[in-house]
Amino acid sequence: MGIRFVLLVNKQGQTRLAQYYAEHLTLDERRALEGEIVRKCLARTEQQCSFVEHRNYKIVYRRYASLFFLVGVDNDENELAILEFIHLFVETMDRHFGNVCELDIMFHLEKAHFMLEEMVMNGCIVETSKSNILMPIQLMDKAS
Amino acid sequence: MEQLKTIGRELAIGSHGGWGQSKEFLDLVKSIGEARSKAEEDRIILREVESLRRRIAEPDVPRRKMKEYIIRLVYAEMLGHDASFGYIHAVKMTHDDALPLKRTGYLAVTLFLSEDHDLIILIVNTIQKDLRSDNYLVVCAALAAVCKLINEETIPAVLPQVVDLLAHPKEAVRRKAVMALHRFYQRSPASVSHLVSNFRKRLCDNDPGVMGATLCPLFDLISADVNSYKDLVISFVGILKQVAERRLPKTYDYHQMAAPFIQIKLLKILALLGSGDKQASGHMYNVLGDIFRKCEQSSNIGNAVLYESICCVSSIYPNAKLLEAAAEATSKFLKSDSHNLKYMGVDALGRLIRINPDIAEEHQLAVIDCLEDPDDTLKRKTFELLYKMTKSTNVEVIVDRMIEYMINISDNHYKTEIASRCVELAEQFAPTNEWFIRTMNKVFEHAGDLVNVRVAHNLMRLIAEGFGEDDEGAESQLRSSAVDSYLRILGEPKLPSLFLQVICWVLGEYGTADGKYPAAYIIGKLCDVTEALLCDDTVKAYAISAIMKICAFEISEGRKVEMLPECQSLIDELSTSHSTDLEQRAYELQALLCLESQAVESVMPLDASCEDIEIDKNLTFLKDFVQQSIENGARPYIPESERSGTSNVSNFKSQYQHEASSHMLRFEAYELPRPSPAHVIPQVSVPTPIADFFPVPETTYNSETSQASKLSSVADASSAAHGIKLHLDGVQRRWGRPTYSSSSGPSSTTSTEKTTNGITHIDGVGSQSRDKLNESRRQQPEVSAEKQKLAASLFGGSAGKTEKKATSTQRAPKGNTRNAERPGVSRSVSPETSKEKAAPSVPDLLDLGEPNPTSTTIVDPFKQLEGLVGPTPVPSPLDNSVKTSGLETPDLMAAVYTDLPPSGSSSGSFTSTTRDMHSADKTSNTATSEPSIKKGPFPQDSLRKDARARQVGVTPTGNNPNLFKDLLG
Repeated sequence: MGIRFVLLVNKQGQTRLAQYYAEHLTLDERRALEGEIVRKCLARTEQQCSFVEHRNYKIVYRRYASLFFLVGVDNDENELAILEFIHLFVETMDRHFGNVCELDIMFHLEKAHFMLEEMVMNGCIVETSKSNILMPIQLMDKAS
Repeated sequence: MEQLKTIGRELAIGSHGGWGQSKEFLDLVKSIGEARSKAEEDRIILREVESLRRRIAEPDVPRRKMKEYIIRLVYAEMLGHDASFGYIHAVKMTHDDALPLKRTGYLAVTLFLSEDHDLIILIVNTIQKDLRSDNYLVVCAALAAVCKLINEETIPAVLPQVVDLLAHPKEAVRRKAVMALHRFYQRSPASVSHLVSNFRKRLCDNDPGVMGATLCPLFDLISADVNSYKDLVISFVGILKQVAERRLPKTYDYHQMAAPFIQIKLLKILALLGSGDKQASGHMYNVLGDIFRKCEQSSNIGNAVLYESICCVSSIYPNAKLLEAAAEATSKFLKSDSHNLKYMGVDALGRLIRINPDIAEEHQLAVIDCLEDPDDTLKRKTFELLYKMTKSTNVEVIVDRMIEYMINISDNHYKTEIASRCVELAEQFAPTNEWFIRTMNKVFEHAGDLVNVRVAHNLMRLIAEGFGEDDEGAESQLRSSAVDSYLRILGEPKLPSLFLQVICWVLGEYGTADGKYPAAYIIGKLCDVTEALLCDDTVKAYAISAIMKICAFEISEGRKVEMLPECQSLIDELSTSHSTDLEQRAYELQALLCLESQAVESVMPLDASCEDIEIDKNLTFLKDFVQQSIENGARPYIPESERSGTSNVSNFKSQYQHEASSHMLRFEAYELPRPSPAHVIPQVSVPTPIADFFPVPETTYNSETSQASKLSSVADASSAAHGIKLHLDGVQRRWGRPTYSSSSGPSSTTSTEKTTNGITHIDGVGSQSRDKLNESRRQQPEVSAEKQKLAASLFGGSAGKTEKKATSTQRAPKGNTRNAERPGVSRSVSPETSKEKAAPSVPDLLDLGEPNPTSTTIVDPFKQLEGLVGPTPVPSPLDNSVKTSGLETPDLMAAVYTDLPPSGSSSGSFTSTTRDMHSADKTSNTATSEPSIKKGPFPQDSLRKDARARQVGVTPTGNNPNLFKDLLG
């Protein structure tokens, strides 16, 4: 299955984007899970690993300014690659928004989702070419 | 400066979306962004939900407005508030003709609904329609929704269309269709089992994106069944070779690596295919060697590929040269300063030592550093490594360390895992009995409620049966040492229930065995156990049984048992207990105390726990009784399968199930109506089982029998008569399981069968572990704080090695497979043969154009489209500048890290992390902040006002200033 969820959470613990792949969690389950994870990641120093084990999966996280990008993966996933996948996602958003910031993602939540939708399907990384990822979104913008 | 940038940012908001974002939406986002606490955020969202609930239901909401409402609903759900009232509007939005609206609708629906939600059925039709659309973007949106929403039941509705789309001219559609099929495979492998060949075909797709996506389903298929895909080894190797040689379009490059994510996926697949297969592995050696040689170690992504190569090398049939390269890469990871790389290094080492245990020795100190690191993640990974390299020479050090760590963690999930590992290692490698019992005591004491019950049973059996030696002395010594330790431990407060059970059992069996402790002392201790605060019924049952055993032993020895007052009160308490089990035990004890010594001895023989209880499943001892009953006129027992009544029931059941399965949803159009056949008759012929199935109030029975008799004119006469007879049985046993209910001899035999089987019998799992514990009791150097010593005890010197060989010959099979057979294997493959095998030329699967890797034949479809649509309508100066600069130096953004103003409150410290990720980029970039002011004009007066207010300092920027900070800067 690979990726179980992608979460964007700021350092106040507020969710900015959430996408789950493996199972559909109820609102309460999500709340609890997101809270636990963010608490765990916030407690870590910057010298420590960017990986945390939580319950039966691993969380690979990366911090950009005030935003944490958290990706929950299965145990046999390549953590370094996921770390770079996060960066690829940020670079892709950056190419689209230009100097992407937390507010860009908040105002264009659906677009951030669309990009992620192109990159990850069924919990697998399927597209890593930035132009391929952005093409449908830009075509859509132009059409409207 | 900072404030100017903020204004620019706010002015720029909305320039991307162009239209549609109302002031309300901007205000909402802004207020969420500035919420200082979760409570404040909750208040905002609750207010929002209330107003949406009202407004979304208004008639004639404009479509664009509706899109905004839907996104606001997404926000509400994302922040943890129920927005189910709006789901139906999201569903409706998927019908919209405008693509952005449709796609937003699909997105919202996939976020809102679980795959078994009732509303999904309403979307299936829309999906079907959209899959047929001429606009490929609509098809893509529908396929993305298919991946999230289609469940097992609805797969047939879209399957044919998805399969057709595999041949769509647009690569984006083909890619998504492949993933939709992959989803179907995940949901229900049987539904697509006949379509697996499509994946093989798509592997040769001439678009690299489709090929890359196809690797995902193939990986799943191959992990399920390796052997059916061995023929693809050469193809995968060929693709990997081409990717590594940069034959893919440049757009797939990431930080100067050629399509690293595809490489990693391929390496994962090769690891599966080459595992234990010398021939298949032979094909891979060459390309793996190339990757090791080329891989750049300065970037994260390079290391990610390198790590995956190590995993692959350690999984496939060993090759000396590659192992050497892998070991070298691993040691670089371990020596790195980055914790991430160390983590990967420890993991890689764990994989390599399975092939060659000697590799670990070189890295002793690095491993111990990781073990003592305050970083929990790294520590756990290292424990995993230690677990893999445990042998009888170092088990004491490793298990002691694990327990020490276990005591200090609060995470139950991991505690359980590490406790079970301790137990496993202790059972497998324990050097002495005393050590084993001591270790188990610690595990039980600190994680007793988390370990498996089986472990407790194993421990009890071990103490009862000893270690399989015939030496009685050693056995009784083991028991008395166990008793000693348990009596000591009972002083501790708050022991876990499972541990108390073990203690009670052992004290009952062996507490008085060596005569060291008087019976009254042990009984007193056991009574104390039951008075403890956390004592549950199971422990009480164990305790009272233990007291009973001790009393029995005393009586059979001819001694008089004086009843302690606390014991008497315990008996009194339990004999009025709500638990019938405890009550029974208490009465049994009282009864036992009145018996004479001989009777007691046969009821409770000393040390009888090891005796096997033989179960006679055929109940031969009842033969006489049965024979006698039959002679006296009882009806003989009829096996269940031969009973006529029940066979009817099961027929009916299967018929019912069949009907249920054909009741699935149908998505194709209805067929033309046909004259309906008479369905009624077959059901009438079995009216009685229905009565068995659905309990009906007794009064209706009369009427129903008469009904049945009326219907008997239609049904077969004899079956109707039979039915009436059975009917009366049904009245008796309405609530029970539908079985043959005749009330004579046979039924009594079944009940006796049950009771005899009810005797608990512990199955023989423990004998294995006992054998393993049996061997090797030798001294280990004490653990000192000094690392060198720790290293020596963990990794063992040369002396340790010879010992290891000696033990491995006597060890039980499981121990053998752990570390024998490896060293020989690793040397057996010579590099020459591997080269010969890998030599045959590989078909150019991707067909990416011949020799020139950066060929111009690959046209960027995006650029083509740009040309078609014409110049961008409002080219904002910033966008251009960023884009061009981005093209010149792909890593430019990373450079911005250094650019963070120190005033940026908490984010200042973050630079150092990211810097170590991208230490390569040192170019400073100061230009990014200024041009953002020039971002297009923005109509929202209020925002501008707000921004001005910020500038003046009226509104504190401190609420969440980071909102406006660039993620990459």
